[in-house]
Amino acid sequence: MTQRIPVVERILQANDNLADQVRARLDAAGVLALNFMASPGAGKTSLIQATVARLRDRLRLGYIDGDIATTLDAERVAAYGLPVVQINTGGDCHLDATMLSPALDQLPLADLDLLLVENVGNLVCPANFRLGTHLNVLVASVPEGDDKPYKYPGIYRGVDVLLLNKMDLLPYIPFDVDRFTHGVRVLNPHLTTFHLSALHGDGVDAWTDWLVDQAAAAKA
Amino acid sequence: MHELAVTQQALEIALRHAHAAHATRIVAIHLVVGQLSSIVDDSVQFYWDAIAHDTIAQGARLTFTRRPAQLRCTACGASFTLAEQQEFRCPVCTAPDIYVNSGDELYVDSIEIE
Repeated sequence: MTQRIPVVERILQANDNLADQVRARLDAAGVLALNFMASPGAGKTSLIQATVARLRDRLRLGYIDGDIATTLDAERVAAYGLPVVQINTGGDCHLDATMLSPALDQLPLADLDLLLVENVGNLVCPANFRLGTHLNVLVASVPEGDDKPYKYPGIYRGVDVLLLNKMDLLPYIPFDVDRFTHGVRVLNPHLTTFHLSALHGDGVDAWTDWLVDQAAAAKA
Repeated sequence: MHELAVTQQALEIALRHAHAAHATRIVAIHLVVGQLSSIVDDSVQFYWDAIAHDTIAQGARLTFTRRPAQLRCTACGASFTLAEQQEFRCPVCTAPDIYVNSGDELYVDSIEIE
C-alpha cells in the first residue's frame, strides 16, 4: 500500500551545506571571496584584469577560473603574477561548491586577502548554486541590452553587486539606463551598483576602492 | 543543463527519506518549483529516467507544482504575478515601486512510497 511522507527539503541544500564549509575556510583565513557571474562576452575577464592591475600592490590576490573548456582566461590573469587555479567543468554550465572546495586546496589561502572567482559565462544556471563566496557580483554590459533584468530575473535576485560594464558604448547603442536600473531595483533593491568601462578604465577606481574597504572589513 | 545537478540532489533526498521509512519502492516524488528558479520540468524528467535506473526510485512518477513569481506593489498593496505586469510596474496603479514576494522555491515536498 502506498504511503505519502512529507519531506519539504530544499533540493540544493547539500550544495548550500558545502558552501557553508567553503565560507568557513575563507573566513578562517581572512580572505574575502567574490563570485563573478555574467553572460559570455560581458567582460568578466577584462574586468578582473582591470581589478587585478589596480589592486595587486594593495592586496594579496588569488584567482579561480571556471570555464567549460580551455585555460585561456586563466592565462590572461596569471600574467599579472598571482596564484591561479583553473576549473574546467567539462560541460557543466555553472560552478558549484563541490568544485570550489578542491580548488581552494591549491591556493595559499593564508597568504591571500582577496579571492576572485570567475564563474562559467551563463545568465541562468550559476544563480542557483551558492559557492560560499562572500559577494556575488553580476557583470552586465551595455551591448546586451536594457531588457536583461526583465528577461533573466533569476540571476538578479541573488547578487550583491552589479557592475554595468562597457559604459563607453552608451553613445552608440540604444540602452536606456533608467529602464535597466528600474528592472534591477525591483528584483533586488539592496544591490550595490557601479557603472564602468573595464577597457578604458572609467569608473573602475570607484569599484576597486570600494573593494579595498570590503576586504579590510572582512579582516577586522 | 543545471537540471542534471538538481535531479541528482532530488533523487538523493528521495532515496534518503525512503530508506529511513524502510520503503521498498518510491512510487512518486512531488517537487515544488518557483518560476524564478529556472528549472525545466521535461529536462528533470529526462535525467530522472536515466539516473533513477536500478534504484528503488526507478519508474517513479514526478510531479511539479509550479509557483509563479508573485510581486507586490508598495504603493497600493496589489499582488500580481510576473505574467500580469509589464515593465515591472504595478498593473493596478502603474507605480514603479514593486518588489518580488516569492518564486525562488525549489524543494522536494513529499514522496509516495511502498
